Amino acid sequence: MSVVLAIETSCDETAVSVVRNGVEVLSNVVSSQIDLHAKFGGVVPEVASRAHLESLELVVNQAITDAGIAVEEIGAVAATHGPGLIGALLVGVSAAKALALAWGVPYVGVNHMEGHLFAALLQEPNLPLPAVVLLVSGGHTMIVHMKQLGSYEIVGSTIDDAAGEAFDKVARYLGLGYPGGPIIDRLAVDGDPAAISFPRAMPGELDFSFSGLKTAVVNYVRKEPSTSNEDIAASFQQAVVDVLVDKTLSAARQVGAASACLGGGVAANSALRSRFVEACNEAEISYLVPEREFCTDNAAMIASAAQWRLDNDGSTPLDAGANPSLKLV
Amino acid sequence: MRALTRNASETQELSDSLAQILAVGDVVVLLGDLGAGKTCFTQGLARGLGIDERVTSPTFTLVNRYEGRLTLNHLDVYRLSGEAETLDLDLYEMAEQGVTVIEWGHNISGVLAESRLEVELRYLEDLSEESMQSRNIDITIIGDDWNDRIPELETLLEPWRQR
Repeated sequence: MSVVLAIETSCDETAVSVVRNGVEVLSNVVSSQIDLHAKFGGVVPEVASRAHLESLELVVNQAITDAGIAVEEIGAVAATHGPGLIGALLVGVSAAKALALAWGVPYVGVNHMEGHLFAALLQEPNLPLPAVVLLVSGGHTMIVHMKQLGSYEIVGSTIDDAAGEAFDKVARYLGLGYPGGPIIDRLAVDGDPAAISFPRAMPGELDFSFSGLKTAVVNYVRKEPSTSNEDIAASFQQAVVDVLVDKTLSAARQVGAASACLGGGVAANSALRSRFVEACNEAEISYLVPEREFCTDNAAMIASAAQWRLDNDGSTPLDAGANPSLKLV
Repeated sequence: MRALTRNASETQELSDSLAQILAVGDVVVLLGDLGAGKTCFTQGLARGLGIDERVTSPTFTLVNRYEGRLTLNHLDVYRLSGEAETLDLDLYEMAEQGVTVIEWGHNISGVLAESRLEVELRYLEDLSEESMQSRNIDITIIGDDWNDRIPELETLLEPWRQR
């Protein structure tokens, strides 16, 4: 156990965090590129890489300052090495390796998805296992059966679009801007979630499909162009949330999970958070909903996963690269 | 050439049969509005290439690669700001190694293979329940690579010709 400095640059956030013993977050700095990408309607890979490069040094220094520690206390340097945008990943991986070499400490490459799983453990190190974790973001939608730390099984996933992608695309179609998740979340507050009955696609037992829902929204708007964006946002969001929560709870029953958790950027959505808590209470299963700052991309979760990997598998060689399509299992 | 499909599974039947005449090096550009069925079309095409793996949206990852009878490179270039960025994707090398399907490919038409198939999926104007599931599919041949295959292309589109 030691102090880990972790770097996360897999998508559009440049994030650095210092975590002690895998659970004590000493600093958690996130520099968002959202404004930069808003005008393009989404993350632009080359723009993202360049922005990471420009802000990384500042963010690293800020994280060390905020942590109130001396550089000598850092026992390992970690970075997300996949999945993500290759250019963006390489900025973080290269920087982490350089720092590890300069400071004479081990380097640890971390799977971004495993990081999201560890977000729950940051808040509750004694999370009852086995757990099911609903991992939802712009690029991923899956239900992970966490048998024990380091041992995972994906029991359900999307057959087409990720949930976050559906939020972004629907927002873009409605001309609401980027990022779609927070915008729809906000608008939905003033809308009626029962105004429009959008389809709840149930492909495989624990699988998801959001492509048809996206088309249903487009078709509805073409037919009823005067419907308020608030009602569309609320009804669309409800359709997504219902399916996500129902399937996660079914998965929990199927695997006999002792707890259920959320993770990933979409887990910051208010409707998902409240419906999830409600459903877990009804099902009498213990649950953990990480703070929003640990749901969206952050480096504290990477540091926590890195600590566990370091203690159990050792460090990552300095000649290891990054893998944009790295799998969780 | 124009085809008309009545629903998503007909669109996939069409792209499945298109896959039968594809060869290594072919580039298929998919155009169409949100929800028009570009990923759906690619799923049928993948099935036709003998790919069992699940074909999901490449919007976040930019490039997905699948192995079947032929390799399928599935790209979404919506978020690429311009042609220069596309060079980072090693498009040319990728295209030489399999069949390449590029969603929203009009952003980068300047750097695309000179010869390619452009497939545009469009909603019908008619807003009746039945027509909303239908798509007009316009297939345009660009360059010379396809000249020999025009008769085959016409034959496979026959069942879907404007009825």
